[in-house]
Amino acid sequence: MILRDHAIRYGFIVLLFGLIAYFAVAADGFVSPQSAVFIFQSVAITGVLALGVTATLVVGGFDLSIGSVATSAMMAAAYVMVVLEQNAVVAVVVCLVIGAVVGLINGWLIVYMRVPDLLATLGMMFLLVGLQRIPTEGRSIATGMTMPDGSVANGTFGAAFLALGRHRFDFFIPNLIPVSVVVLLVLAVLIWFFLEYTRFGRMMYAVGSNERAAELAGAPVKAYKIWAYVISGVFASIGGILLAARLGRGDIASGNNLLLDAVAAALIGYAVLGAAKPNAFGTAVGAVFVGVLLQGLTMMNAPYYTQDFVKGVVLVVALVFTFALSGRGRR
Amino acid sequence: MGNDAVFRVGGLRKSFGHIEVLGGVSLELHAGELTVLMGANGAGKSTLVKIISGVYDHGGGSMSLAGQDFAPKTPAEAIRAGVVTVHQNINDGVVADLDVATNLTLDRLSGSGVPTLFNPGRVRREAKAVADRMGLAIDLKARISDLSLADRQMVAIARAMAHRPKVLILDEPTSSLSSAEADRLFALLDRLRQQGVAILYISHRMSDIRRLADRIISMRDGVISGIFDKKPLDYEGAVNAMLGRKIQLERIVARNSAKAIFTADALRIAEGARPIWLTLGDGEVVAITGLVGVGKTALAETLFGLRKPLSGTMVLNGKPYAPASTGEAIAAGVFLVAKDRGENGIIGDFNIQENISLPFHSRMSRLGVLKRGIERAVARQQIQELGIVCRSERDEMASLSGGNQQKVMVARWMSQAARLFILDEPFQGVDISARRDIAAKLRASAHGRATLLFVTELDEALETADRILVMSEQTIVGEHRNTDVDLERLLAEVAGGPLHSAA
Repeated sequence: MILRDHAIRYGFIVLLFGLIAYFAVAADGFVSPQSAVFIFQSVAITGVLALGVTATLVVGGFDLSIGSVATSAMMAAAYVMVVLEQNAVVAVVVCLVIGAVVGLINGWLIVYMRVPDLLATLGMMFLLVGLQRIPTEGRSIATGMTMPDGSVANGTFGAAFLALGRHRFDFFIPNLIPVSVVVLLVLAVLIWFFLEYTRFGRMMYAVGSNERAAELAGAPVKAYKIWAYVISGVFASIGGILLAARLGRGDIASGNNLLLDAVAAALIGYAVLGAAKPNAFGTAVGAVFVGVLLQGLTMMNAPYYTQDFVKGVVLVVALVFTFALSGRGRR
Repeated sequence: MGNDAVFRVGGLRKSFGHIEVLGGVSLELHAGELTVLMGANGAGKSTLVKIISGVYDHGGGSMSLAGQDFAPKTPAEAIRAGVVTVHQNINDGVVADLDVATNLTLDRLSGSGVPTLFNPGRVRREAKAVADRMGLAIDLKARISDLSLADRQMVAIARAMAHRPKVLILDEPTSSLSSAEADRLFALLDRLRQQGVAILYISHRMSDIRRLADRIISMRDGVISGIFDKKPLDYEGAVNAMLGRKIQLERIVARNSAKAIFTADALRIAEGARPIWLTLGDGEVVAITGLVGVGKTALAETLFGLRKPLSGTMVLNGKPYAPASTGEAIAAGVFLVAKDRGENGIIGDFNIQENISLPFHSRMSRLGVLKRGIERAVARQQIQELGIVCRSERDEMASLSGGNQQKVMVARWMSQAARLFILDEPFQGVDISARRDIAAKLRASAHGRATLLFVTELDEALETADRILVMSEQTIVGEHRNTDVDLERLLAEVAGGPLHSAA
């Protein structure tokens, strides 16, 4: 029994270190600061989205709209700067507002209109995927593009905005850590602290575990649920800002994988330390796990088209860890 | 009374683990007769029904139907043999998305010898025959989800009757019906009785029982505690057999209270119910007793801000009290230990400490950050005071016994000072020693607040309260000081005799 407990608790962490050890031996140059940074950079945006969706999982919900919130925020940022010719601050604020508003609408649909969470956010996903194409009639946004009315958009991405995607901080080695990685780490610590150490986070877990009991303990359950979707929406829009800054344009075709990758990271997180419940630390580890695996496989020349398959395998294994082995998934 | 019992149960036993739920139950049902089965929660009624209807195996004893041995292994077998059960949850008996005709003939859609193709015409013909026999006046093309609860209930019963059963078992069929709807059900039952069906009717509603019963069987603690078949039926006797005192327990010294903490003025909690006047004093423990479904939980929820009274006012600490949410009630010092801890109390993902601190996070945190040291100290103190048996305050709730889980629920609300402390069925699913511990703790700490208990079992009220109030038909019908309680009058009030005779 003790052995089993340890397997459940530390199994996934051991697996992660095992993978790193394996790639360190098998793939040249895997163990280097640059490689580590690259792994973090590759999962930064999905990681931010995953941390947001963790908040909705904590209250017993789900948010399928995060991917499309992120791409909508990206398109909005591009539109604000390129077409409306505004500066970086305006673009960032607009994105955050979009995320918050979408979160509010999701929460309202789920809490007051009683639409099941998966369906409400699925609907929102379709709505946003369509909405982000309307202002430009389905075209990507870049400086010099021709608008539907024939005029030419002359705005540019501000240098400050692009820095969000391209600036690197010095960390022992000059120009090592990209902004997106810093954002990921800061948000991870923030949401981890919020969920684990504040009374609001504690009550969100209570709502997710037994909504009725939480209400009878005096919690404004509806407000907590709506806040969870707002957190999710805002985090997704931050992901969208990072995406826009990295690409330097509003690319209509990018961000397809964001939703699935983020959800996978959050669900893998259930298995970390045997938590068997959504948790910010687990989500972060889950995101890194996927990043390590893909980076390692890439360096060992595994073809790119096997990536999704590998991610799927990891997710299924993690879910078995959570639900079958720990037995806490059962109610 | 005929000796020609259609259905006979002899010495039926059933245990779950070490707990004996049925300890040798014998009863008979007669054709054309409606037998009411009464019993408090946990008396073993539903276990008995589940054995008869083939859901559970029995652990000893025998059953016979029309002289033949009857030992169904599955519900389908019981139905084929002629014993049909309509369960409490109406929606278990019908399929909401199908129309009435299909529902009425649903049981003919599967099994051997059924044609593969679905023939709507034949279904409608068969359904019409069933409906006519039952005198059912419902549009056969209507979808179940568009029907009222009563109509759904009718369809569920008609569907059951399509098997032409010899024995029909109804488990609390009126619990979600209005009185007009219930009347239609009763008319249907009268018709079935005339057709010679033996009916076993499980209910807590005294008005139903008075209207329908030919005989009453009372159950208590897994055995038959009384059979009443002499006209006029002895309703008080039946209630007494189900709830009355088992053993003479040590008397408590009833206290009087001088200072009122809470008053309710002409509170009405249900349509058509008479208003409630209620005064609760400082240091007083008051128990409200009554059968299931008489409005005890509704009253508790009204006091706790979960529902609004239809009319009337409340006063707490001399100030008007009208909580719009549970949060407001708690802020005002009104705490509720809700009934059914699994459903309404326990946060399964939380340990003991986290379960205890749940309602009082804001009092245990600074700038939103929980102070875990204080949280742990409070939990430890409560564990010690209530004698919760556990290894540490970080134990999982699932590792505790029922009694200890309930102690955690009580501890949650005892960790802060209340003005009005309400406990709804606090002794449900709790062993006798935990029950004594909780009751003693409630009495010992009663000073400085009013304590209000809602209990179905009379013993629990007599053991803990200074004053006992009786509820019936969504209002309070009697009051007793717990010194020399007139048990006969109390039981008559519980049994809901003509309202004007109750004090």
